[in-house]
Amino acid sequence: MSAVLSLQGLTVALPKGADRAHALENVSLDLNANEILCVVGESGSGKSMTASAIMRLLPPGVRISGGAVRFEGKDLATADERTMRAIRGAGIAMVFQEPMTALNPLRTVGDQIGEMFRIHAGLPAKQIAARTLALLEEVRIPHPAQAARAYPHELSGGQRQRAMIAMALALDPKVLIADEPTTALDVTTQAQILHLIRDLQRRKGTAVLFITHDFGVVAEIADRVAVMQHGVVVEQGAASQVLHAPQHPYTKALVAAVPPLHAPPPRPLSDDTILRIESVQKTYRTGGFLGRGARVTHAVRGVTLDLPRGATLGVVGESGSGKSTLARCIVRLIEPDGGAIRLEGTNLLALRRREMRQAARRVQMVFQDPFGSLNPRRRAGELVAQGPIVHGASPAAAMARAKELFALVGLDPAATERYPHEFSGGQRQRIGLARALALEPEVLVADEPVSALDVSVQAQVLRLLAELRERLNLSIVFITHDLRVAAQVCDIVAVMKEGEVVEHGPIGRVFTDPQHAYTQALLASVPGRDFAPAA
Amino acid sequence: MRVFALAGRRLAASLPTLLIILVGVFLLLQLAPGDTVDALMAQMGGGGDAQVAADLRAFYGLDLSVPAQLGNYLWRLVRLDLGFSSIYGKPVATVILERLPATLLLMASALSFAFFFGLVLGVLAARRVNGWPDTLISTLGLVFYATPSFWFGLMAIVLFAVHLEWLPAGGFEEIGAGYTGLRRVLDIATHLVLPTLTLGLIFLAIYLRIMRASMLEVLNLDFVRTARAKGLDETRVVVKHVLRNAMLPMVTLVGLQAGTMLGGSVVVESVFSLPGLGRLAYESVVQRDLNTLLGIVFVSALLVITVNFIVDLLYARLDPRIGAGG
Repeated sequence: MSAVLSLQGLTVALPKGADRAHALENVSLDLNANEILCVVGESGSGKSMTASAIMRLLPPGVRISGGAVRFEGKDLATADERTMRAIRGAGIAMVFQEPMTALNPLRTVGDQIGEMFRIHAGLPAKQIAARTLALLEEVRIPHPAQAARAYPHELSGGQRQRAMIAMALALDPKVLIADEPTTALDVTTQAQILHLIRDLQRRKGTAVLFITHDFGVVAEIADRVAVMQHGVVVEQGAASQVLHAPQHPYTKALVAAVPPLHAPPPRPLSDDTILRIESVQKTYRTGGFLGRGARVTHAVRGVTLDLPRGATLGVVGESGSGKSTLARCIVRLIEPDGGAIRLEGTNLLALRRREMRQAARRVQMVFQDPFGSLNPRRRAGELVAQGPIVHGASPAAAMARAKELFALVGLDPAATERYPHEFSGGQRQRIGLARALALEPEVLVADEPVSALDVSVQAQVLRLLAELRERLNLSIVFITHDLRVAAQVCDIVAVMKEGEVVEHGPIGRVFTDPQHAYTQALLASVPGRDFAPAA
Repeated sequence: MRVFALAGRRLAASLPTLLIILVGVFLLLQLAPGDTVDALMAQMGGGGDAQVAADLRAFYGLDLSVPAQLGNYLWRLVRLDLGFSSIYGKPVATVILERLPATLLLMASALSFAFFFGLVLGVLAARRVNGWPDTLISTLGLVFYATPSFWFGLMAIVLFAVHLEWLPAGGFEEIGAGYTGLRRVLDIATHLVLPTLTLGLIFLAIYLRIMRASMLEVLNLDFVRTARAKGLDETRVVVKHVLRNAMLPMVTLVGLQAGTMLGGSVVVESVFSLPGLGRLAYESVVQRDLNTLLGIVFVSALLVITVNFIVDLLYARLDPRIGAGG
């Protein structure tokens, strides 16, 4: 098979003063017609940079310093801007990660798809409208005519991504580059989009360069796989071979870090309930002037759950299911409208402000975004010591305790003097854990604590969490959208949909024998659900 | 429809503001020593006939208590009667209407000038960020922003009117020339060139900075990358995708600054002796012409509210996300 797109020793230089000299070093890849090549790697591996280099849309200061990109007999690495413009969109099209921001918010979807025809084909307006509609039908957007007239904010994430795909496929490009196209989507939507890409690729014979960090997605969609680390392709080959018999140590480590979907054997659970969530309700009312146009969202409706002492209760669901609102209700960051949160019998919701502050130290929270949840102007140690100081510890004692906690979560105690931006994502999440643990809580509420992390770092943080649970006898409420992660850390799981718990029980039972249709759909949507790394 | 609902709500919300402004100004002027009658008597050549003064006060309703005067005024206002100016000897509405065109014209031309050139220069600076055009434009902007507008006006008169004799030094039109039709329009236009530049430059500097910053921000957004990946050339990327998005903050600013611009026109009208609202306001304060002053406050407030209303409509037109409830 001849390659449609061929990277030969492509090297991309970073500007002076960057953390490494080359974003890509000697990258050679062949993309054949009618195949999906997955480029996998963690953040900073240069996988997205490869896409930018092929399109010659590199950020300022970054340039191609060697090698060639062969496409239709031309070398794109040295082609002039005019040639590149003719190829972008028509010869090689791209789909991006964030369907929220990748479309211009001020122009209709149809207009933006039609733009492809206007710039490359110069068709009359009537024909453009017809072709746009046909494209939207092809990507199976509901109500294509309405979608064409809609602005991006009027469509859901999945619909927007369908529109993006329609736009990319408008001119039947030979190559489609998809840069993490499903990362920002819910698992059921992701399954649909992956299916759509696969289906269109088969029908049109397009060569797809699929960039992802998720081995589940790779297992689902890839014909061939290239694994990147620090700008170098460390291993490439057929999907089955790379996934099941990886050769390079980095690939082996990556594959091993993918959590399998089946749960480990259940641990014995205590009969003693530490936290009881009783028919908690939260309704949001937004907008509305003099009662007009008000919208009511039932974020959480009547959720009742028990957390046994020393256990981990997983709350899984898609975005908008109310799982994060529930987490915030437990620590009273959001005031629930009704119900009770009983911590060893004391109803937290009935406490007054001052009493709640005392009780707050027993229930602590870890947040999702390790970048946004730490104040960038305070030293890491101060952030950890802040809680105990508020609760009456002397600053010196609190700082000493912070150093111990740093050691406990696997950070260098001397690092307490540094600022949050000097830490990596995984390290920041450790700081977040240390901060929560500083008050010696009995219950930890973790809201998507590992979703923003790379898979290898994610595995480390999950291990740390399990270790701390044992050592400190913590009980954890673990909020996640990732069923693989849930399978690994949770003892009990509750599946939420539209503010209600549709099913809950021991994780092994729920995941192997789901009763509710929604749980079944959710489990069926997990990409590469049959893929489990050879242990 | 949603646009009008939004605009209607804004309009309703501005009514209390208007009332507070009027009452505030009314009470503030009560604190100033002297009233219209004192000013009138002084104009008539002084003389202290207490009986005449008392009669005049009774005639103008100035002998009533302050709350009663305020009540009277507001009640007249509800009937859209702005009262009678004792200084000018005609209804306030007439006095204001005579002066309004000059101010409106000045504001509109200064705003258009500042908006258009601020936009163009901001886009140019952003396209060549940190290059020499950017440095030049940004430095010029800083100079315009830092220089007081009356000084600009005076220097412009010295250079263009006195030395070069290209443009008239002041006034709204050539009085007594009796121009009509197109010739008159041209005449007014030449008279307005310097005032427009003087009033507009400071706003130009602000708009230019805002436009540059928001262009730079929008140029980094994902959809711009999408547009480039579609094969659009840089000019089309800027015109079709960046410009409208980058204009949103600037449009907001125009609405916010309509009031500031009205304030700035007081200075400019004085420097160029233009018969506008700003000058009228200054004169009525000096002459304690309360009715006229309140009338001006009322009309300017209406003007600012109208500009904001238009900006709201424009904004909703530019950005489909507005008013969608999200």
